[in-house]
Amino acid sequence: MRLQKATRCALYAVLELASEPDRQMSANEIAEKYGISTNHLAKVLRNLGREGLVEAVRGAGGGYRFAGNPKRTTLLDVIRLFETVETVSSGEREPGDETPEGKALSQVIEEIEATERATLNSISLATMLKLVGRHGAA
Amino acid sequence: MLSMNGYHLGIMSLTDHKIGQDFIIRIAKADDVPAVVAMDEAVTGLAKPDYWQDIFDRYGGRRRGRYFLVADHEGTMVGFIIGEVRAWEFGSPPCGWVFTLSVDDKLRLGGIGTALFQAVCDAFRKYGVTKVRTTVARDNDLVMSFFRSQGMMASSFLQLEIDVAS
Repeated sequence: MRLQKATRCALYAVLELASEPDRQMSANEIAEKYGISTNHLAKVLRNLGREGLVEAVRGAGGGYRFAGNPKRTTLLDVIRLFETVETVSSGEREPGDETPEGKALSQVIEEIEATERATLNSISLATMLKLVGRHGAA
Repeated sequence: MLSMNGYHLGIMSLTDHKIGQDFIIRIAKADDVPAVVAMDEAVTGLAKPDYWQDIFDRYGGRRRGRYFLVADHEGTMVGFIIGEVRAWEFGSPPCGWVFTLSVDDKLRLGGIGTALFQAVCDAFRKYGVTKVRTTVARDNDLVMSFFRSQGMMASSFLQLEIDVAS
């Protein structure tokens, strides 16, 4: 699975902000830390704001603050805001799908996708922050 | 109710773990079996007294490499976990297997599941194993999320199955 650029920006932003929920950070500060475009991140942050995961703080020293529930928000929740996590069964029909070979191929791909979805849906932002901590400590 | 029960799998030197002020983790006693049966029935809708008595007979008390632990809140069983050390299955060196975990749903998010899991991990560690495994249904988001929150990641083993019915 290769995440789209906006999705990666969103995940970095929510993880960064959720790591210290009381802190506010500007889009510039986040973008600089992860080496991503500030303009791109600003659009992503607006989307995250509409979904209630972050909130904009106005005024001097303003920026963004985490506004979600890190134990209740999974990686899949964030990813789905920016890209479709498609499944073979829900996608468009492709030539050959109804052949035995096409059905067998779909079965294998569905197995991969089901594991992928289960993984992303079982890892909350809080769990990710623990994992981040382990990598930081390594 | 947080519950998983799927995989049927030393002398334990575990003493009571005091966790906070509300409950302790201790080794299961014969008196706990009816409460275990009731807690499991609340989840599965099926009372299995013979099954749980058999599990207690094989895992209860102090046994080397087998651990049946309960969370006890003022004399009431509010959760339990069962695991054992298994060696050389699937070519794996000795490792701990957790095959049952259940917590009273009224007390969820109170740290009982974490305390039970940490206690059984401590027991495995004292036994000398450093790897702990479990199996979770792929669609069981609650239990999967719990084990993920404990730091568990996908295993290097994949579980495979086949329907052999005619």
